Amino acid sequence: MARAPKKKPLTTTQKRYQEKVRKLQPRPTLFRNAILAFITGGIVCVIGQFITDLYKMLLGLSSAEAGNPAVATMIFIGALLTGLGVFDNLAKYAGAGLAVPVTGFANSVVSSALEFKREGLVLGVGSKMFMLAGSVITFGVVTAFFIGLIYAIFIY
Amino acid sequence: MEAKIYLFSFLVGGLICMAAQLVLDLTRFTPGHVLAGLTVLGGILGGFGIYDSLVDFAGAGATMPISSFGNTLVKGAISEAQKHGVIGVLTGMFELTSTGITAAIVFGFLTAIIFHPKG
Repeated sequence: MARAPKKKPLTTTQKRYQEKVRKLQPRPTLFRNAILAFITGGIVCVIGQFITDLYKMLLGLSSAEAGNPAVATMIFIGALLTGLGVFDNLAKYAGAGLAVPVTGFANSVVSSALEFKREGLVLGVGSKMFMLAGSVITFGVVTAFFIGLIYAIFIY
Repeated sequence: MEAKIYLFSFLVGGLICMAAQLVLDLTRFTPGHVLAGLTVLGGILGGFGIYDSLVDFAGAGATMPISSFGNTLVKGAISEAQKHGVIGVLTGMFELTSTGITAAIVFGFLTAIIFHPKG
């Protein structure tokens, strides 16, 4: 293993310069990123609402029942856009607006699956598919387990 | 009524995404941390029954963000726990979330087979 090069102590000019950079760097994009995430996230949710209403009308489902196929449809759209290579271009602008809705979950699954495709269907696609999305499932399930346990013990 | 749910879904969904974006930009957390954190937050709010009120209020604005995944996991675990106790926590966990996970696996697998990685 190569040893990391020893860091030279910074001169005062360099320190001052780095402080200046740190102060200036994130500011101009912060506001723009937040607004873009708000608008795109809102649009994705409105599309989701539209699909939910569509299933409600077409299949005569209740609001709660229509949520499931709507989520599946959004995942399908997210997966397809990722496969076509469109998702990444949109995500550059949308940031969390596309990552936080369920489309982002689909994107993380598909992009890992595609990235490791060259390692084979079983060891690549099959195993690495949840490389990014796995933490969401793990933490969600562990949280739900303990909350469920508290319910089962104290309220059941 | 109809238009109202679209407005609230836009506002609530947008606000959740904006909050996540601000956390991403202002802290050192990675997207993975933020999404896992949102899921846990959704689960905790679900445990107190707050998330369902948000869903009633904002529709897809609350069901589309990943926090909804935590909420539905908790809902599945709790509803079975009420019927079968501790065992119910295990059997009910994926009862409601199975749609999302199954869809993600199947569509993810098919997309990976059909398309080729870019670059």
